[in-house]
Amino acid sequence: MADLATLVRPWHPLARYGEIARLWIRAEISYPASFAMLVVGSMLINALDFVGIAIMFSSIDQLGGFELREIALLYGATGIGIGVADTLIGSVERIGEYVRTGRLDQMLTKPVPLLVQVCSDRFTLRRLGRITQATVVLVWALPVVDWTPSRVGMALVMVLSSSALFFGLFVLFSCIQFWTTDANEFANAFTYGGNTLTQYPLTIFPRELAIALTVVLPIAFVNWYPCLYLLGRPDPFGLPEWLQFCSPLAAAVVVTAALLVWRTGVRHYTSTGS
Amino acid sequence: MLYVAIATRAFRRYSTYRAATLAGVFTNSVFGVIYSFAYLALWDANPTAGGYDKVDAVTYVWLGQALLMTVALWGGGTTDDLAERIRSGDVAIDLYRPVGVIQWYLAADLGRAAYHLLTRGLAPTVVGAVLFQIAMPDSPAAALGFLVSVPLAVVVSFGLRFLVASTAFWLLDATGARTLSGALAIFFSGMALPLVLFPGWLGILAESLPWSAMIQVPNDIWLGRHTGVDLLGALAFQAGWAVVLLAACWLVLARATRKVVVQGG
Repeated sequence: MADLATLVRPWHPLARYGEIARLWIRAEISYPASFAMLVVGSMLINALDFVGIAIMFSSIDQLGGFELREIALLYGATGIGIGVADTLIGSVERIGEYVRTGRLDQMLTKPVPLLVQVCSDRFTLRRLGRITQATVVLVWALPVVDWTPSRVGMALVMVLSSSALFFGLFVLFSCIQFWTTDANEFANAFTYGGNTLTQYPLTIFPRELAIALTVVLPIAFVNWYPCLYLLGRPDPFGLPEWLQFCSPLAAAVVVTAALLVWRTGVRHYTSTGS
Repeated sequence: MLYVAIATRAFRRYSTYRAATLAGVFTNSVFGVIYSFAYLALWDANPTAGGYDKVDAVTYVWLGQALLMTVALWGGGTTDDLAERIRSGDVAIDLYRPVGVIQWYLAADLGRAAYHLLTRGLAPTVVGAVLFQIAMPDSPAAALGFLVSVPLAVVVSFGLRFLVASTAFWLLDATGARTLSGALAIFFSGMALPLVLFPGWLGILAESLPWSAMIQVPNDIWLGRHTGVDLLGALAFQAGWAVVLLAACWLVLARATRKVVVQGG
């Protein structure tokens, strides 16, 4: 019996996540008109986002040496990454609100891991809009790659690492709110900012910034290095080619850092007492 | 005088969240840097795109970041409070005050906008001016025009946001309408991309919709693209939409008031 319990255990948090998410979906669709507008609105935000980039190309043929379909490849990869992360754990952005209102105290008393509770809170289906749109853009970009089995593998690794990297960035920078509860916008600079930045080829930025985005804050691994491999391009900054295989490593480092900072944040947390 | 008092208190209310303001300034600056490099690359590839040059384009980016919170492009501001008060029923208290609901919320929103212009508007612009080359208005008329244009942009934005919040009278939850309206605002205001780059009929359509009064028009006035009679025309365009939208708010509110049932006890 005890063996069975230990076998089931790793799935326990995920099952709880699913249960809480289901509750929020039911709550969401109880205002049907508003829900319909939310879905249309979020699909529209995402669609118009890429239309903006496409309109740029009515005045130019290439941006930073990349044509529209190549940029679509970058766009799709980063879009799916932030879409998956945002859908699964986007609510972690509101951690400061939970601290302020004392909801974190309630959560701490419940027999479900805190991160699972925070991330599944206010789960919303509307975020699937971003994944859908990014996938459409990525599929449209596929013909630009000269496909080989190793490139197919790299594309899959890219999408997984990109999601994991954004997962890490969301958690990492939301933790700042354990110290300053109303600075939730700070994280946006890294999560949504990272997403916006990686929609463009890194060649539009100065070399120093490209290196910083590789070594200091490894956002370039979201899509830039894997895409260089997919497109068979030499590194425009003359950086080593093995970097193109390092996205999983960068993702592992960021996720580990995020989980460590999360633990530190939770330990640092002292109730507001209200 | 009453409205000045409301506006001053709204200004103070927002000014209590210092860490939030700092975080916001930082985020605006990061996005400003990203878009500046993107636009520099675009104008590298086509130095006369949309009739702007590189300095105009970078100035446009930072003005956009400065106005983003000031005109509450994504939604937010006092109209969010209104939507929540409609949902909870507290709006009944607003309705029996001896001050018009629209005037009350507009005055508070102008106070909020003034705070956001002085902090989230000014600070990222300084960052932008340090990192990039930014154009200053080259005539007193352009500078003065911009100062008139910004409050008008806020009123146009308020009108749209008030209408969005009012949907809560019928739908109870206004977040759907808010998201939809935010998406349109980002695209058609010129925030996502200057409307001067929009090709053909799409450009003409975008420049005549109310959203263009929120970012594109004030920015073009700053950049000196409207002079003389054209400048007055641009301001009249904003004022025209402001009047139309406020009239629509008034009509919608009149209908909604008949619908409100206040629970006693």
